[in-house]
Amino acid sequence: MSERKTRILIAKPGLDGHDRGAKIVARALRDAGFEVIYTGLHQTPEQIVETAIQEDVDAIGLSCLSGAHMTLFPKVTRLLKERGIDDILVTGGGIVPEEDIPALKEAGIDKVFGPGTPLQDIIDYHNDKCGTGK
Amino acid sequence: MDLAERVLSGDKRGVARLISLIESEDEDAYVQLGKLHSHTGNAHIIGITGPPGSGKSTIVDKLAKAFRGMDKTVGIIAVDPTSPFTGGAILGDRIRMTDLTLDPGIFIRSMGTRGHLGGLSRAASGAVRVMDAYGMDIIILETVGAGQSEVEIVSHAHTTIIVEMPGLGDEIQTIKAGIMEIGDIFIINKSDREGADKTSMEIQAMLGLNPNKPEWVPPIIQTIARKGKGVDAVIEKIEDHYQYLKDSGMYEKMIEQGIREELDVQIKSQLGRIIKNIINEEKLEDLVKDIVDKNIDPHTAARLLLKDIEDKLSE
Ligand SMILES: Nc1nc2c(ncn2[C@@H]2O[C@H](COP(=O)(O)OP(=O)(O)OP(=O)(O)O)[C@@H](O)[C@H]2O)c(=O)[nH]1
Ligand SMILES: [Mg+2]
Repeated sequence: MSERKTRILIAKPGLDGHDRGAKIVARALRDAGFEVIYTGLHQTPEQIVETAIQEDVDAIGLSCLSGAHMTLFPKVTRLLKERGIDDILVTGGGIVPEEDIPALKEAGIDKVFGPGTPLQDIIDYHNDKCGTGK
Repeated sequence: MDLAERVLSGDKRGVARLISLIESEDEDAYVQLGKLHSHTGNAHIIGITGPPGSGKSTIVDKLAKAFRGMDKTVGIIAVDPTSPFTGGAILGDRIRMTDLTLDPGIFIRSMGTRGHLGGLSRAASGAVRVMDAYGMDIIILETVGAGQSEVEIVSHAHTTIIVEMPGLGDEIQTIKAGIMEIGDIFIINKSDREGADKTSMEIQAMLGLNPNKPEWVPPIIQTIARKGKGVDAVIEKIEDHYQYLKDSGMYEKMIEQGIREELDVQIKSQLGRIIKNIINEEKLEDLVKDIVDKNIDPHTAARLLLKDIEDKLSE
């Protein structure tokens, strides 16, 4: 019997128009054997949570460069909780200042990857927490 | 509640979970699918195939919106290729369907091919059945844009749509040899670009050579999917085709054919499992040695092993 393959939603909440970083992460995760669902720019937290449910993902990676991460990231975790979901790993990336990290963790973001995080760290983290894609 | 019951009660997470279970070929998935069987057979299944980037996902988005306007619920299964080297995939068809996400009458699932050839994934037909039992009126299957091998779609869809675009030129001649016969409806998308009429004519000419569906003449429709242009005409033809299938008795034939194929798959996979369970490993190893030593040939050895199984089965 084959095992479950790990599925990761890479989502960009908010209004900023750059998804280069998110695409690079998506590709790196694919190359590490994960199944990555990529939904493009300008996703609302509601859309992200709904997508995560339909796609039955193991993890959500949020990327935000607009500076609105302090409202958008916690909104995603709050909506997940409201729908009774506590088994999806949520990480954040983009431009998140060091001092914001404790509050985000408090709000249920499992891990924040700051600018310049090696891609391998992101891969390792998901391998560790969700099991490998292979 | 088990997963089948959750699907039937309209629980979205149940639908999503069961599809994952089917994808990982979990034994329980088949049990759950079995429980759903009597609740399936109500959906109109539409397959969409065509070269990469021709606009399949954009068209799916527009078709789904049109069907919603007609008060029909829509399930979408969008397949993208899995890398044969890493086993990973980027599933990006949803990018074109963002507006559909929050509509409670729509359920979208992305899938990787996971090593399956033919433009679909092995789990696609199971996912169709789950969505059917979940109550989706229309189910749209988008294949990977491989160009050549997507003919498999016909055995899963009632209505098969082929999306082409202008400017593929000679490619049409070469790639499409096997594809032309499977199209019930042809779309020339991106007809805002030059050459749409030429492409239409080329397809028309090729269809002329291939009159194998005498009572249904496949229409060729030009669209600009990004602007929603031509989509109403496509919807009309989809409905016409469904009506044709029903009126001509083709629909019943298709269902029966589908069931035969499914039964065949099930028999083979269950038989494979039985054989694995009851084959005598020791005897098999001995026979391998004997074959190496030329004391017996593979054909006779296989007969010997199967004789054991026959005896066991008739016990
Ligand atoms: N010019 C023009 N571009 C279009 C039209 N329809 C879609 N596109 C664009 O074509 C590109 C590919 O569209 P998709 O819908 O993703 O195509 P696809 O066939 O699903 O692609 P794959 O799933 O990757 O094979 C996108 O940039 C669309 O915006 C159209 O009618 N005209
Ligand atoms: Mg697509």
